Amino acid sequence: MTVETRQGQGSGQNLWRESRARNVRERLVRVVLRACAYVSILTTFGIVFVLFGEAFTFFQDVSIVRFLTETQWTAGFATTPEDGEFGIIVLAWATIFSTIIACVVALPIGLGAAIYLSEYASAGLRRWLKPALEILAGVPTIVYGFFALTFVTPFLQGTILPGIQIYNILSASLVMGVMIIPTVASVSEDAIYAVPRGLREGAYALGATKREVATKVVVPAAISGIVASFVLGISRAVGETMIMAVAAGALAQLTVNPLESMQTMTAYIVQVTSGESPRGSLEYETIFAVGATLFVMTLLLNTIAYWFVRRFREVY
Amino acid sequence: MSQSSTEVTRQKEQEPGTGGNFKTSVGARHGWDRFFTALVFAATLIGLAVLGVLLVDVGRQGVPVLSWHFFTSLGSADAENAGFLPAILGSLWLLGIVLIVAVPVGIAAAVYLEEYANDNWLNRLIEINISNLAGVPSIIYGLLGLGVFVYIFGLGRSILTGGLILSLLILPVIIIATREAVRAVPQSVREGAYALGATQWEAIRHHVLPQALPGALTGTILALSRAIGETAPLIAIGAVPYMTFLPEGLLSSFTAMPIQIYNWTGEPEEAFQNLAAAGIVVLMLVLLVSNAGAIWLRNKFQRRN
Repeated sequence: MTVETRQGQGSGQNLWRESRARNVRERLVRVVLRACAYVSILTTFGIVFVLFGEAFTFFQDVSIVRFLTETQWTAGFATTPEDGEFGIIVLAWATIFSTIIACVVALPIGLGAAIYLSEYASAGLRRWLKPALEILAGVPTIVYGFFALTFVTPFLQGTILPGIQIYNILSASLVMGVMIIPTVASVSEDAIYAVPRGLREGAYALGATKREVATKVVVPAAISGIVASFVLGISRAVGETMIMAVAAGALAQLTVNPLESMQTMTAYIVQVTSGESPRGSLEYETIFAVGATLFVMTLLLNTIAYWFVRRFREVY
Repeated sequence: MSQSSTEVTRQKEQEPGTGGNFKTSVGARHGWDRFFTALVFAATLIGLAVLGVLLVDVGRQGVPVLSWHFFTSLGSADAENAGFLPAILGSLWLLGIVLIVAVPVGIAAAVYLEEYANDNWLNRLIEINISNLAGVPSIIYGLLGLGVFVYIFGLGRSILTGGLILSLLILPVIIIATREAVRAVPQSVREGAYALGATQWEAIRHHVLPQALPGALTGTILALSRAIGETAPLIAIGAVPYMTFLPEGLLSSFTAMPIQIYNWTGEPEEAFQNLAAAGIVVLMLVLLVSNAGAIWLRNKFQRRN
């Protein structure tokens, strides 16, 4: 479109030389750039194809009803579909349980940090705290896993919870909570920061204190962005892999005791893929069925978060 | 908090009618204010305190293990002889592939979406798709690598597969960061270039991209450090537990720093835990330097605007 405008202006001038090569290059660049943008579509297509393709093969051996209703997970010991139990609920519950514990830690702390950074911290302090939180966000999850296993668990064992097992869901989930604090804090802070100044000033004019402004005016005004940050945090917790694989152990059991080992969906995939599982074996197919379940769960959560973020953008 | 909130409500109810009966309970409300300030300040510090404890704990275990031998030795099943060299080289190979693949593709896609794409259903789909991909757990990318790159494309459990998977993984991050940087370039810059007879690509190439570079670079560095620390997808495609040789080429089997750390962590002997801690010290140093660099770059860029 720009090309036409330019030609219109330039025609008839000696200074301006028509160049076919330039036009060809313009078109070529456009095609190449567009192809790069399509890579993302291909990626999604590949993920859906692989997960649901292999999961489909799995569901021909083990019915989807068994997958959803059985209450044990013994895929590791099963050589034929008949002699194992494939209740996804066991792994899914571990994922949900660990997510709940992590959220108890991360959501209030993340929101508190967001309020502090946006409403209380001086500009100078903010300039130090925000990068520090970003560094926290940049710590690889394997490092958190190591920390949960070699520091948090022995620490809990030595102080308040002597009965805790070496591999347990509690330490892993607590550390996972710390891991998602920066996600919650930074998305919430963006939402809180976007609340117009006038709202705060109006509340101050009515005699509200700083805390009252923060909790009764600013937070409610930013609520959809805050909810979005919570959902994003939950989504990260659901998909978190290495902390669970390292510190929560590999015991697929349905329990509510956080001091014991439980295997999440992600940790199961790691356990199977770090061993030898030849393509086409039953165990190989289970990881794709588990992966597909995980993919659907996170997709749902991300869609909810996306919807909330868009809503919060439209408010002002 | 509940006490103070009832007071505020009561005070509001009383305000209109009664003149002399006006109570503000300023003292109590300011007390709650101080308490709340302390609470949110503590919330901000908790994460950082954990980071501090983590660094000290890992450093205490890992630093004594760091030696010339650690950096120059091959992998071994025996803790005395085990070194980190194959893991370091593996990570460098992966980083190289990601630099060659993900950075240009990501920047190109971002430029397309910001500068060329019309508002039609396909481009909206791409946009929604990218933000969804950014939220897909990394282990799922590992399954993509295992199913498609290892088996269907026949690339095997190789460095190339690892690099490509990490590239796909961080592509959305690079695209999102670059788009923001490109969007921040004022429209007048493009118009100025057009006025001088530049084509759209010339305007982008010579004027928009150079201005967007610091922002794009910051996002890219953060994405690259994520790639360096990423573990789960590499385990899924089958990086090897320890290497007694160095990676030789794109199709060579490989290990990487986080994989080596994961495998050492899984060993029962304490000597291996210390090796893992030493590996973490190296990994964290690399990440701290690159993240600090990215943040410094952004601050410098922001101040100029």
